[in-house]
Amino acid sequence: MTANARQLEAGRRGREGSPWTGLWAVVFKEMADYLTGTRMRILEILILLTAVGAVYAAMTQIRETIGRDPFLFLKLFTLSKSPIPSFVEFLGILVPLIAISLTFDAINGEFSRRTLSRVLAQPIYRDALLFGKFLAAFFTLALVLTVIWLLIIGLGLIGLGVPPSGPGIARLLVFLLATIFYGGVWLALAMVFSIVFRQPATAAMASLAVWLFFLIFWNILAGLLANVISPVRLGLPQEIIAQARVQIALARFSPTFLYGEIMAAILNPAVKMVGLGLLLPIQPQGSIPGSPLPLSQSLLLVWPQFTGLIAATILLFALGYVLFQRQEIRA
Amino acid sequence: MSKNVIETQDLTKRYNGVTAVDNLNLTIQEGEIFGMLGPNGSGKTTTILMLLGLTEPTAGQVRVLGLDPARQPLSVKARVGYIPDQVGFYDDLTAVENLMYTAKLNGIPRKEALARIDDALDRMGLSEVKDRAVKTYSRGMKQRLAVADVLIKQPHMVIMDEPTQGLDPEGAHEFLKIIRDLKDENITVLLASHLLHQVQSVCDRVGLFNQGRMAISGTVEELAQKYMKGGYRIELEAIGDREAIEKALKEVEGVTDVAYLGRDRYEVRAKGDLRAEAARAVVLAGGGLLGLHVEAPSLDDIYVRFFQEVKHDSQRQAA
Ligand SMILES: Nc1ncnc2c1ncn2[C@@H]1O[C@H](COP(=O)(O)OP(=O)(O)O)[C@@H](O)[C@H]1O
Ligand SMILES: [Mg+2]
Repeated sequence: MTANARQLEAGRRGREGSPWTGLWAVVFKEMADYLTGTRMRILEILILLTAVGAVYAAMTQIRETIGRDPFLFLKLFTLSKSPIPSFVEFLGILVPLIAISLTFDAINGEFSRRTLSRVLAQPIYRDALLFGKFLAAFFTLALVLTVIWLLIIGLGLIGLGVPPSGPGIARLLVFLLATIFYGGVWLALAMVFSIVFRQPATAAMASLAVWLFFLIFWNILAGLLANVISPVRLGLPQEIIAQARVQIALARFSPTFLYGEIMAAILNPAVKMVGLGLLLPIQPQGSIPGSPLPLSQSLLLVWPQFTGLIAATILLFALGYVLFQRQEIRA
Repeated sequence: MSKNVIETQDLTKRYNGVTAVDNLNLTIQEGEIFGMLGPNGSGKTTTILMLLGLTEPTAGQVRVLGLDPARQPLSVKARVGYIPDQVGFYDDLTAVENLMYTAKLNGIPRKEALARIDDALDRMGLSEVKDRAVKTYSRGMKQRLAVADVLIKQPHMVIMDEPTQGLDPEGAHEFLKIIRDLKDENITVLLASHLLHQVQSVCDRVGLFNQGRMAISGTVEELAQKYMKGGYRIELEAIGDREAIEKALKEVEGVTDVAYLGRDRYEVRAKGDLRAEAARAVVLAGGGLLGLHVEAPSLDDIYVRFFQEVKHDSQRQAA
């Protein structure tokens, strides 16, 4: 009787200890793995090529078209010279790939190496392992992106010969943060697939399928769906606007679209609204003329998009967490 | 009396309809080597996972070192080492790096950890290769590394799933010796295996598993007495009068059968290890003893015999 009562009491109090016991051991081990691994070498080369290519393209454009501009530096990230896309466009495509390459084998890799049951037999909870792996990937991604960011600013300093203005730097910092959080969504997504699929290759394919879907098909689908949901019958302006609204609302389910909107507002101070004003969000230059907005206003403009990205990351991580807690860990 | 390290009461695990472990009542005492033996799919691994809190029981009670693994998994896992079936390591890391990760997960400070790692690798004979990537290790070396890995936390108990699987006979034999060494350090060992014959010699007690149930348990001798009516096989070589020797052997207490194999060889079936008695009988009958060899009853035989009887019984009941 008393033993039973004690157990009930223990049950009410839940598990012993902190769910984060061992978290930092996992984070440090995983980060060390990332930073010394081959995939990091490949990423570095990719990053370097991208940065140099994009800066070169932007630089030639800047020399040709622009004289004095307080936000000259931001142009480095947004100008493009056909056929090379601007650096921000490139990031919209590349960051998901980097993120996916970091976590697509997070959990199933432990299964296939047969290390999972040995690690979970140590005095830690699954919570610490999963979150530790996510944090390590997140920090690694942040590190990689910060390096590229510094690289471009360095190249820009050399090429343009002028340092960025104070507000310019603030905007560049927000840009970096947003890019890191954009990557977070894809980290969490690939991690969920690494829990769902036992084969790392399958998880990678599934992640890439989602990436491709949002990169190419979702915009097309959003247009088609908007046409069905809110058709333009008489060609009235209200109808056209209503349809565009629906289309944008749908397009916002894509993290790439959200990222594009954020970039548009942050890197182009002249942008005074996102959404309707920006059907091509990844090419923000020269959309609406006028005096530049202060950063706080620009931020306010895309605050929902920003929180949307973070919320998506948290939701995906929570999904992975639930799936992982229920998973049988035997090899 | 010694303390119970593991106690389960009607422990049950069902996977959507399939009963993997069925009302298991298992008691393991401090300092013993207990073998959970049975064919694949008999519920051994599932039992182990429940003991470590790695999977939730459907019903029943578990106590490991007096703790409830479902509520106090950290305390249990800090005190119990687990070597899973076909244990794996991070291939690109060295042995030391792999063990350092384990040490950190156990919250052992770096300096202390380095000392323990050195000691453990030394004892497992891996000092020479400790800075080599684990991918260069053989299966046997990995298995020894796995023992070093659990020694890091200075466990009260070690649980091993299929410890000799994938090892060659010599490697398996060496590994059994390592298990015995653990016992000498007063570490309780629970091992699960489907290679009954291979591990029976190392176990103080065994439990035979079949379809999620532990049908019988005890020392190998006890089981042999009960289910094989002895089952020891003594082979001896002796010169002298064949009839006199055979007669003398048959009269030894505990001998159930004597057969002449030819070329001065005799096979004696007995209830126990009666080598001394048999030798005396041969000499007293005027024979000259040339050689003597005993085979303990095989758990495989006991297993087959027992479950055949169970099957016959249930068929009889069904009929
Ligand atoms: N995750 C699972 N889902 C469904 N059935 C399972 C699962 N894991 C094990 N089983 C079943 O439980 C039984 C016992 O398996 P296991 O404990 O692995 O046996 P052993 O270790 O003795 O070979 C088997 O019939 C197996 O098919
Ligand atoms: Mg098994």
